[in-house]
Amino acid sequence: MSKPLQHYISSAPFNPVDDEALTPEQERYYLASQWKMMWWRFKKHKLAVIAGIVLFLSYSTIFLTEILAPYNLHSRNSDFIYAPPQSIRFFHNGQFEGPFVYGLKYRLNMDTLKREYTDDLTKVEKIRFFCSGDSYKFWGMFRANVHLVCPSKNGTLFILGTDRLGRDMASRLLYGGRISLTIGLIGITISFLLGISIGGLAGYFGGWIDNVVQRVIEILRSLPELPLWMALSAALPANWSPIWIYFGITIILGLLDWPGLARAVRSKLLALREEDYAVAARLMGARPSHIIARHLLPNFMSHLIASATLSVPAMILGETALSFLGLGLRPPVTSWGVLLAEAQNIEAVALYPWLLLPMLPVIVTVLAFNFLGDGLRDAADPYH
Amino acid sequence: MISYFVRRAGIMALTMLAISVLVFIIIQLPPGDYLTTYIEELRSQGETVDPNKIAYLRAQYGLDRPLTEQYFVWLWGMLHWDFGYSFEFDLPVSDVVGNRLWLSMVLNFTTVIFVYVISFPIGVYSATHQYSWSDHGITLLGFLGLATPNFLLALILLYLANIIFGTSIGGLMDPKFINQPWSWAKALSVLEHLWVPVVVIGTSGTAGMIRRLRANLLDELQKQYVITGRAKGLSELKLLLKYPLRLSLNPFIADIGSLLPQIVSGAVIVSAVMSLPTTGPMLLSALQSQDMYLAGSFLMFLALLTVVGMFVSDVLLAILDPRIRLEGGVRR
Repeated sequence: MSKPLQHYISSAPFNPVDDEALTPEQERYYLASQWKMMWWRFKKHKLAVIAGIVLFLSYSTIFLTEILAPYNLHSRNSDFIYAPPQSIRFFHNGQFEGPFVYGLKYRLNMDTLKREYTDDLTKVEKIRFFCSGDSYKFWGMFRANVHLVCPSKNGTLFILGTDRLGRDMASRLLYGGRISLTIGLIGITISFLLGISIGGLAGYFGGWIDNVVQRVIEILRSLPELPLWMALSAALPANWSPIWIYFGITIILGLLDWPGLARAVRSKLLALREEDYAVAARLMGARPSHIIARHLLPNFMSHLIASATLSVPAMILGETALSFLGLGLRPPVTSWGVLLAEAQNIEAVALYPWLLLPMLPVIVTVLAFNFLGDGLRDAADPYH
Repeated sequence: MISYFVRRAGIMALTMLAISVLVFIIIQLPPGDYLTTYIEELRSQGETVDPNKIAYLRAQYGLDRPLTEQYFVWLWGMLHWDFGYSFEFDLPVSDVVGNRLWLSMVLNFTTVIFVYVISFPIGVYSATHQYSWSDHGITLLGFLGLATPNFLLALILLYLANIIFGTSIGGLMDPKFINQPWSWAKALSVLEHLWVPVVVIGTSGTAGMIRRLRANLLDELQKQYVITGRAKGLSELKLLLKYPLRLSLNPFIADIGSLLPQIVSGAVIVSAVMSLPTTGPMLLSALQSQDMYLAGSFLMFLALLTVVGMFVSDVLLAILDPRIRLEGGVRR
């Protein structure tokens, strides 16, 4: 006969709430703020993160354009009209030389009247770094001549070729980015403010205000955008200074874009204003503007930011299209659209295809904004 | 049903009225009325201005009267097929426009058809093969299609045609048919040239439509009735065709509202780039020379095109989808 099994008794102190205790990981999750959870969610969206980095980098070039560009916006190299892109090399005759380009040899083809450039294999033009080159006024404030990269003395450095006046395309692209990238941001700010205030009015007060706003939105959305943009920007007085034209265009872009945002704000507000906390605030005598701004807007701010991100590309494309057609910005102000306007001459493009290069930054920026917006939209609602 | 249509038609008329106010304001925006611009231009060319003509035009359009009255004169004229006077061409607008309006309509209509025909099979395929390589490829292409502005696509195509074939693919017909009366040969030639701009304009719309159709169909495919059907042993094809596909077709018609303005917008700039004999290039040149009456009638026409298109889509949707039809009836 075996001994009865000894009953096991743990000597550890017994804590009845042990079961409900959270692991540190769970605790971190439950205590995280809304924005922190959005950040976690956003980080999982790899494409959006990459797009965010790309956009961050391109927007940071805006601050240093003058230094990053090897040439100035308007410096002409009259000996090198329609020069092709020079490729950067490292080895000359099998020997390491550091980054350099071969000099250009120019010949006018008398049969086709095409300008032909060939690499001059005897001329090794070393690229200089942190060097002095074209003198510029940094942000229009003080004179300087420091560049990140410059051509060698008496040499050339056209990484992306030159245009019909011998201006360096790479530098012009960088300067154009300054205009094209900011125009979308200013435009979206205008449309954001309009959308929130108009949509807020309609959603919070309802009734006839809501009706009127709804009709206006419907009408604006049924209109083809581009022809209207064209008509409005054609109406800008021709004697305005370039900077006024720039602001005029941003306002035009913003004026037609708000309906989408206003609609989103309205439908959210309609649902939220009946919530208990909104009623409580109203009973305590809070003003409508306070209730909207303090209690209701924060609820869906993240959604608004996401949808605003998704409509920046439309603005950038709008400006590009308008300038391309000659109705938007005009030289000497240079945006990607202004640069592309030179590509309208399709015969020139067939001979000198690098004139089409300003397309690339446009497409990359638009794609990046789309991916970023998608990621933000998914992250905007972290509790799902 | 009929009362729903009447109501929709009423809304459409009101919308057009509101748009006409908007367009009139835009016409009036440039400083000075158009006659002063006109006289200015003639003077700068050293020509004398016939005072009789100016007086006639002033009376014709009531430029001495207040703005509100001018608006009604303009509106009244438009209702009687009198769109004002184009100064660039020195002709009434209705004579200048000619058959550009028809070609524009043909172009836009064909593009809508193209968007449907292409996006339908691709969208269905992409939804039924979710997360396969082809699905990812289609999604990537779709993103590219959405991100590439159509006038850049037009430029690229023009460029490629120029280096590969050495010819220009601009235009909507063989040069020999320009200014010729309509004939079968001319119509065929238009059809031959039409596909390039149609593809260019339709790309982004197609990409968007594929994404929507895919999303809708995916939603439907996860519903319980589909699982029930599969459990009962229905074949996959029948399971797809019987309900989910029909339900997910709604956006095809409902989205005309967002598709049409997009296509009309795209058609304007693409025709300007490819110099098609449609309204686009003429609208552009009218705007550049501030020939505002001509521009205004083009704007009205483009708006009319989208508004009528939306009306048609609403009517079709009401016929196809009883939920909308009944709601209209209840509200009454």
